[in-house]
Amino acid sequence: MPDELVSLTIDGVPVRVPKGTLVIEAAKQAGVLVPHYCYHPGLPVAGLCRMCLVEIEQAPKLQIACATQVAEGMAVHTQAQAAKAARRGVLELLLINHPLDCPICDQAGECELQDFTFQEGRSATRYSPDYAKRFNPVEDFGPDVLYVPNRCILCTRCVRFMEDVAKEPVLNVSERGDRAYIGIHAEGRLDHPWAGNVVDLCPVGSLLSKDFLHKARAWELDKTASICTGCSQGCNVALDTRDNVVVRVRPRSNLEVNRYFICDHGRMNYRWMNRGDRIEAPLVRRGNELHATDWDEAVARVATLVRGAGSRAVALVSAKVSTEALFLARELFRGHEWTGAFQVVMGEEAPLAGVPGLALRAERAPNAKGAELLGYGRGYSAALEAAERAAIVLVLDEPDIAVRCEGVLIYVGTVLPEGARDAAVVLPIANIAEEDGTFVNRDGRVQRYSQAKPAPGMARPAWWVFAELGAALGHGAPVATAADAFARLARSVDAFRGMGYERLGFGGRPAAAPVGV
Amino acid sequence: MGYPHKPHPKETVVLSKHFGEADAKSYKGWVKRGGYRALERALATEPAKLIETVKESGLRGRGGAGFPTGLKWSFMPREKKKPHYLCVNADESEPGTFKDREIMRWTPHALLEGTAIAAHAIQAEVAYIYIRGEFTEPWAAMEKALTEARAAKVFGDIQIYLHRGAGAYICGEETALMNSIEGKRGNPRIKPPFPAAAGLFGLPTTINNVETLAAVPHILTNGAAWYKGLSLSSPKSTGTKLFSVCGHVQQPGNYEVTMGFPLKDLVYELCGGMRPGRTLKACIPGGSSVPILDRAETESCLLDYEGVVERGSMLGSGGVIVFDDSTDMVYQIMRLARFYAHESCAQCTQCREGTAWTTKILERILAGQGTLADLDLLLDLSENMTGKTICVLSDSCAAPVVSGIKKFKSEFEAYIAGRRKPVMVA
Repeated sequence: MPDELVSLTIDGVPVRVPKGTLVIEAAKQAGVLVPHYCYHPGLPVAGLCRMCLVEIEQAPKLQIACATQVAEGMAVHTQAQAAKAARRGVLELLLINHPLDCPICDQAGECELQDFTFQEGRSATRYSPDYAKRFNPVEDFGPDVLYVPNRCILCTRCVRFMEDVAKEPVLNVSERGDRAYIGIHAEGRLDHPWAGNVVDLCPVGSLLSKDFLHKARAWELDKTASICTGCSQGCNVALDTRDNVVVRVRPRSNLEVNRYFICDHGRMNYRWMNRGDRIEAPLVRRGNELHATDWDEAVARVATLVRGAGSRAVALVSAKVSTEALFLARELFRGHEWTGAFQVVMGEEAPLAGVPGLALRAERAPNAKGAELLGYGRGYSAALEAAERAAIVLVLDEPDIAVRCEGVLIYVGTVLPEGARDAAVVLPIANIAEEDGTFVNRDGRVQRYSQAKPAPGMARPAWWVFAELGAALGHGAPVATAADAFARLARSVDAFRGMGYERLGFGGRPAAAPVGV
Repeated sequence: MGYPHKPHPKETVVLSKHFGEADAKSYKGWVKRGGYRALERALATEPAKLIETVKESGLRGRGGAGFPTGLKWSFMPREKKKPHYLCVNADESEPGTFKDREIMRWTPHALLEGTAIAAHAIQAEVAYIYIRGEFTEPWAAMEKALTEARAAKVFGDIQIYLHRGAGAYICGEETALMNSIEGKRGNPRIKPPFPAAAGLFGLPTTINNVETLAAVPHILTNGAAWYKGLSLSSPKSTGTKLFSVCGHVQQPGNYEVTMGFPLKDLVYELCGGMRPGRTLKACIPGGSSVPILDRAETESCLLDYEGVVERGSMLGSGGVIVFDDSTDMVYQIMRLARFYAHESCAQCTQCREGTAWTTKILERILAGQGTLADLDLLLDLSENMTGKTICVLSDSCAAPVVSGIKKFKSEFEAYIAGRRKPVMVA
């Protein structure tokens, strides 16, 4: 049964929302952002910053939009004189003890205290410079979290996250009145595997990531929608790049997958995207040495080798490459006796207790499910053995591989491992920060990621490479975009039938085929 | 000065009748004085009927808000689906108020009896009496009385527990009190949900003040009509009320008078008036959180919920603080603000920052460093601190500041203009 809908107006804009919706959420649907600090849709309502005060007709006094439920016929005025004055008052009060050290604060540029003060605060304070401001020294809260109490506005988002979402209540509000600060348990540390979220949740520059400390100003960052490669959960993330270097990974909200959070393992799992020791040109074997060449020669060489090889082909692939590449790589060996396998690195599972179905998964493979749907198996050691006797072996971005192979070895990857020096051809590909593509998460959800920075040298997306090779072998035309590559996949594999990049959007969709088989 | 004082002829002693009688503290002594008979009858009475009687009596909450007690009880679910709780607010921390302390010290069984009756009326099986941490003597008296009463099995199936506070003013706010009993930090909760829907441990809860509950046995014994008849002015304010008078009067103490009693008579007759050679300057009639009355307002004020509002203040908890002409109003107001700044729970921005800022401005004015703009700033800040927060602590800080500046502006101006010797306040 559909939810009962309630009609109301926000600043004159009519909206219809399910009964029980909070005014602050209804306002979003009317295109109105009610300024707020303590409210966060992923946390229990606290109603204490008093920033979201709005006028509601018939109500005796201003109401907080974050704790007031909609009612039929309600008329909300966020821009009423009284509401604006109240919010201006809150902003002034939030700043009296604030150090105003924006020039050296990591949060500057993405600070809600800055933003709302610019939007509707006073241009100058009435707090006399004679009065001392509250001072507390910076504290080391955990492996990646610093607490700068002087900037804290006591919104308690961090406290509520640790208590109600992580279920490890190590933070609290200590002291009272204007002496209050965020305290940490005497023997506690913010070392919970999901603790880093408190930095994202902090609306000001009070909780900082040590990893990101002073790395960039917010306005220097470009943000790209991506998918975390840390495990098979498929958390939606944004890659923040500065001058084409990935400097930070933050969660991108997706209520179906990770809500508003990512784990610390995923958060820190980006340095490899900036590796400098990349293969920058296709390499072909001449005698005992690999020589750089252009794509035409490399593609032609691979086509010749594949045509001339016997029928037994083995593909050893990474579960961190795109679904599109896995599909087109499979297509390459049409007519061959083919074995494809991927290897999954296992780690410790770390659930986020307050969000059912969300965990850092033991399977550290973002596209294991995609590989499976495309016919790649988990029998990696058997495939390794088979590779020894195969006529042709394709290794796709598995740098740690130690393959002994009597046939032809084609290595397609981002970096050149020692074990690949015997390859007949080495083809340089983009890493996931450098291309568009899709992963299928453990629940069978197909999710897109986007290119955040250019690939080095002549490296190209793997799907482009395999499409080129396929074309040279007479298996269809080359593709120009990941969307085209995906469209070709969707036409031929049932699990993806009917899907397209546009329909996937940036929230993804479940694959059609039954999953979890 | 002997304490408690001999009742003044103008007092109506109901709650305070046995104050000073050591024997009344014991179970035997209390039964000898007619105690626990009302409870016995109440336990045999339909809860709905008890609520009806209390409604008819016109009894209103003595903790400060003056909400009709019977009506509050009637908010509890009539059909009981979950456990119900009763909380008794004995955290009495409002500066200038010390009536509940005396009820517990001298007549602990009166509170226990009222508590058990209320618990029965709202169908609560458990009642918690939350006693202010500093109240060592009342705590001891209550503990002893509870042990005796339990042994005498007078409460039927009702369990009464004492819970000791740890010294936070804010824990007298009803939802902060519930958090405190639950073992959490004493922060007020946002409402709704109201306690009758989701209170202590998330279950239907009623919370009443000590004085309110102590009055209940008398209402049952003497009838709602009798209680309703105890009213000198507004028919909406009934019964007797204990007023804790402190400050510059000859005989400070607790005085019990009928609702509607003139404040003037309380100060000048019952309390013996000002010290020799001194005149009345101002009065806070309902505990430190209410607006200050000047002399004319004080002398024309009738002590009931409506009468004090008519003079621009509130009856509050009945803590009457009297100031004579030797009082430095600026200093007094600063002391009040400092108290609220110290006690703010730190949740709401306006309260956490506003109370402290208010204090700093007042301290600066006292130090002779203030400006006239500071007065406008104080008023604007107070406006910001009123009606915008989870609880009313912030409003309580603003009330004396606003009324103080309005009524005693010349004293502020004297400091600002340098006509008064600066005061070191730090």
